[in-house]
Amino acid sequence: MAAYKLQINGKTYEADVDADTPLLWVLRDNLGLVGTKYGCGIAQCGACTVHLNGRAVRSCVLPVSAVGSANVTTIEGLSENGDHPVQLAWDEVDVPQCGYCQAGQIMTAAALLAENPKPSTAQIENAMQGNICRCGTYHRIRKAVEVASSKLK
Amino acid sequence: METTTKTNRRDFLKIASAAGGGLLLGFYWNEAGASVIQSVTEGALAEGEVTFNSYLTISPDNIVTIFSPNPELGQNIKTTFPMIVADELDADWSKVKVIQAALDTEKYDRQVTGGSGAIPHSWERLRKAGATARHMLIEAGAKRLGVPASELSTENGFVVHKKSGRKLNYGELATDASKLTPPQDVRLKERSEFKLIGTPVRNVDNFEMLTGKPLYGHDVYRDGMLFGMIQRPPSFGTKIKSVDAAAAKAMPGIVDVVTFKNNVAVVGKSTWQVMKARKALRIEYEPEHAIESTPDHDKLFKELLDSDEAEVKRKDGDVEAAFASAATKIAREYQCPFLAHAPMEPMNFFAHVREDGVELIGPTQTPNSARTQVAELLGVPPEKVTLQLTRLGGGFGRRLKTDFALEAAELSSIIKAPVKVIWTREDDMQGGSYRPAVRYRFEAALDAKGNLIGYKLRGVGINAGNTTREDNFPSGAVDNLLIETIDHSSPITTGAWRAPITNFLAYAEQSFLDEVALAAKKDPVQFRLELLDKAKRTPVGAIKYDIDRMKSVINLAAEKGGWGKKRDVAQGFSVYFSHRSYVAQVAEVAMKGNQPVLQKIYAAADCGIVVNESGARQQVVGGIVDGLGHALFGNLTFKNGEAEQKNFDTYRLIRMKEVPEVEVHFVDNGISPTGLGEPALPPTGGAVANAFFKATGKRLYRQPFMQQPEMEGVRLEQRM
Repeated sequence: MAAYKLQINGKTYEADVDADTPLLWVLRDNLGLVGTKYGCGIAQCGACTVHLNGRAVRSCVLPVSAVGSANVTTIEGLSENGDHPVQLAWDEVDVPQCGYCQAGQIMTAAALLAENPKPSTAQIENAMQGNICRCGTYHRIRKAVEVASSKLK
Repeated sequence: METTTKTNRRDFLKIASAAGGGLLLGFYWNEAGASVIQSVTEGALAEGEVTFNSYLTISPDNIVTIFSPNPELGQNIKTTFPMIVADELDADWSKVKVIQAALDTEKYDRQVTGGSGAIPHSWERLRKAGATARHMLIEAGAKRLGVPASELSTENGFVVHKKSGRKLNYGELATDASKLTPPQDVRLKERSEFKLIGTPVRNVDNFEMLTGKPLYGHDVYRDGMLFGMIQRPPSFGTKIKSVDAAAAKAMPGIVDVVTFKNNVAVVGKSTWQVMKARKALRIEYEPEHAIESTPDHDKLFKELLDSDEAEVKRKDGDVEAAFASAATKIAREYQCPFLAHAPMEPMNFFAHVREDGVELIGPTQTPNSARTQVAELLGVPPEKVTLQLTRLGGGFGRRLKTDFALEAAELSSIIKAPVKVIWTREDDMQGGSYRPAVRYRFEAALDAKGNLIGYKLRGVGINAGNTTREDNFPSGAVDNLLIETIDHSSPITTGAWRAPITNFLAYAEQSFLDEVALAAKKDPVQFRLELLDKAKRTPVGAIKYDIDRMKSVINLAAEKGGWGKKRDVAQGFSVYFSHRSYVAQVAEVAMKGNQPVLQKIYAAADCGIVVNESGARQQVVGGIVDGLGHALFGNLTFKNGEAEQKNFDTYRLIRMKEVPEVEVHFVDNGISPTGLGEPALPPTGGAVANAFFKATGKRLYRQPFMQQPEMEGVRLEQRM
């Protein structure tokens, strides 16, 4: 066990955990940030996606000891009031069914749009291909990314 | 699954007795700091809040709270149920709060998600609930305003007296209304009066889901709660021989390792510590039952298809004579593998077994079964067991089973502590309750004119129960017909998987009928319509589907899909009746060079009145994506009793690039809703296989399609 100082959603958190603990479980078990979901544990489904210095990463395979001083953003910190353009678009398009994968979908989409505010359909699909939605909301996800893109100034 | 539709009048007669100034039952909505999965409990009430029946309360500050009793797993029931109540109530939807009700067998019946049955079961009682409250609010308004009730109307949360221009909001009248005797019979709205029903209404949990609030079973954390993971036998048919837990017990954060039944449970202070320690267990297993592998099943299926002993499910006319006189005979076999449900949220449950009772929290499609079985297991009266429902991160039938709740309760009772048992994805995929593997042999006899004079189906399955739906189309349309089934009992556990049996039977049957139509030199759509006309004209035996409804979806899909009118795409057709609804689909495959590309699926659905246009549309699209994805990729195989696919790296699910465009149309016939959680899934495999055949001349007889030689070199991604 060792104490890790983590920069998450603009705040400093401390967690006393084993070095190999994936960031996912630190967020959920230690810090009460449960919006980031466990789906597969092997970086195949994308449910655990968070931002590390703005880039989408799979927190289920990222050891806490590798996070260092990087800025972590989770779904809870994507916006103050749930009004990030991607969140608004997700609501407008009424994307979720069961909703379990959607935090990961949103974090992937937000990272894409931060880097490429006007992605083509193919670029959207390339970026989102790593996120599984078992309910099959893919059409609405794609549409919502387009709507979010149109909301960006 | 079976659906009971008994009417429970008690709900509408038992009314808030307004004890202590109108306060009876309610809920603090989303109070700062309160968990959004907090249950509804008596005592946790806002002052002055009034309850009208099991489904709603109205508070003096004019907030209408509607309780949604059924488990929500993505079928959108938590939005759709309240819409029905609110419409009849003429409530202001922006002032409606929706609460997931805890299990309460006194207040609700059929708190179950399964069989696409919730809306058909509750449609009328939800409307009555809303209409009853509305009626009482009008009466209270009449007294308050000193005018006859007949002069009052309701509008968007107000009782309105048009003559005088006065109006009162529902909150102002709630306490008065609660003191009135509820009416025995209330008038329900005409369809033309609906304001919410039939419109797109966004999911009531959107904000919570999109901002990462705790909603799911996995999100349950309690002070003092321990984390449990269970090592179950990796191979079906084996049992524990010996357990060496010394290394695991010595690992950091581990509180205990206990063995019960065939489970070795590691209990500790964090998920990761428990996960790691479980890997340090040394467990030996020994055979207890047959140890089966997929090649054994292949052999077995061949034997059963030719066996002399089958259970006859339906027999009409003289099949043997028909086949003896046939001008053309066709026999084909179709096969499908086991499938895992693989909901995105793996199984989990929280249990706290105390001296004075048992607290259960988690995602289940069958809360009452879970409670009853836990009570029985622990030897406590059911009323001592509470069950709070969380949102379900998918279910697809897996959460109809109660194994995960039972083991959590048993573990809590052993360690005498609150515990959340979490399954890893590997546990989930290896844990059984699969969609059974099935094979079908279809045979058809045609006379010289191409009339279908004989039809045989034999289904053989592994723990599949009845592999057929013997009264489904084309039964009733063929003079000589034989439907048989054989089931093999296996240690590999199976269960209901979204659209049980029909999730595969529909593909096989609709592919076969395509072949029969071609052999009869008939257009596949025309062929089906002719059979339905024959069933209407001269029905053979019992007909348990609605011929007119089936024809209407066939015609609508053909019209919207431009059936037979397109030169640049190959089209495949499919239609299926499952549960209570009808869906027809047209799939389109275009050749790009020598590559067949699945471009689009048109769907025509008849589920009666569409309640939530947004939820219903996505339910059809999602069902099609589900049906397509599993037809293309889904495959669970066994080696020495152990599932060979353990996670999403080897168990392939459909992803964004692989979904074609989907266009959905609903039949507008105004009948009461007939359910939509499953019926869009079954037809998809058949429509797609038939379109691929049309495009390539290759017939797909086995799922998953992408592992068949016929599909070699086929790429699914549409934009390369």
